Amino acid sequence: MLRHLIALIAGGFFGAGLFVSGMTDTTKVQGWLDVFGNWDPTLAFVMGGAMIPMALAWLVRERRSTALTGAPLPPPPSRKIDRNLVIGSLMFGTGWGLVGLCPGPSIASISYGGPGLYAFLAAMLTGFAVAPHVRSRLDRVVPAE
Amino acid sequence: MPIDWIWGLIGGLLIGTGGAIYLLGNGKIMGASGIIGGLVDGSGLDTKWERILFLLGVAVMPVVLTPFYRSVDTHITDNWYALVAAGLLVGIGTRLANGCTSGHGVCGMSRLSVRGFVATACYILAGGIGVILFRHILGVI
Repeated sequence: MLRHLIALIAGGFFGAGLFVSGMTDTTKVQGWLDVFGNWDPTLAFVMGGAMIPMALAWLVRERRSTALTGAPLPPPPSRKIDRNLVIGSLMFGTGWGLVGLCPGPSIASISYGGPGLYAFLAAMLTGFAVAPHVRSRLDRVVPAE
Repeated sequence: MPIDWIWGLIGGLLIGTGGAIYLLGNGKIMGASGIIGGLVDGSGLDTKWERILFLLGVAVMPVVLTPFYRSVDTHITDNWYALVAAGLLVGIGTRLANGCTSGHGVCGMSRLSVRGFVATACYILAGGIGVILFRHILGVI
């Protein structure tokens, strides 16, 4: 129960932040990526601002053995740079640049994004569904490692 | 516009606070693609209510805040080919890479994760090239 309440509150902060920062406005995202056009620095402030509480949380994490709900805390990050990380991030970035949407803002703007957003969401969810198959196909064609 | 930077910073602090609550409260990394993707491909169904309530919070807060803030125009393109192509690229790409702007960017880089930095460099590079290609060369967006 507490776990669900915490998830709702965390999601609320995330959605509120995406909304007031302007990150659901695709022109602000594309404007930040568009270094040869009319460059918009907002996204750097959003990313920088978000990393402050998050970095503090990682410091607190070091001093705790479990989360508040007693759930295990994430292990130290893997250092493995594999093919899927690079190919996947390049694919993601291409789509991100093309329309200026990433997964968080696509949910935050669900009440006001209109039909274009629903088309994007339908395609993104389809992408999520087929991703495991793409991953295993990639592994068969070019075995990782 | 200076006001946009300030709202960007405030919004960023809120996003990071959400990530901090999710980490220290539930022991989870706040990554939007993983939270949604796990519901879609079935890998996260054991924690489905945690995920659904998180997403509910994300979707509902903008509605709650609209009367106190200003409405946001998403300026989403009406090019449906671009929307569908981008949705597929974002969906498949973030799951292959195991994270997006929130998971690798906000949560990963703030713990100095090498994977977070590499992923972020890759998606910003591809996004920057994408905007040059699709906007300035091809003129489709």
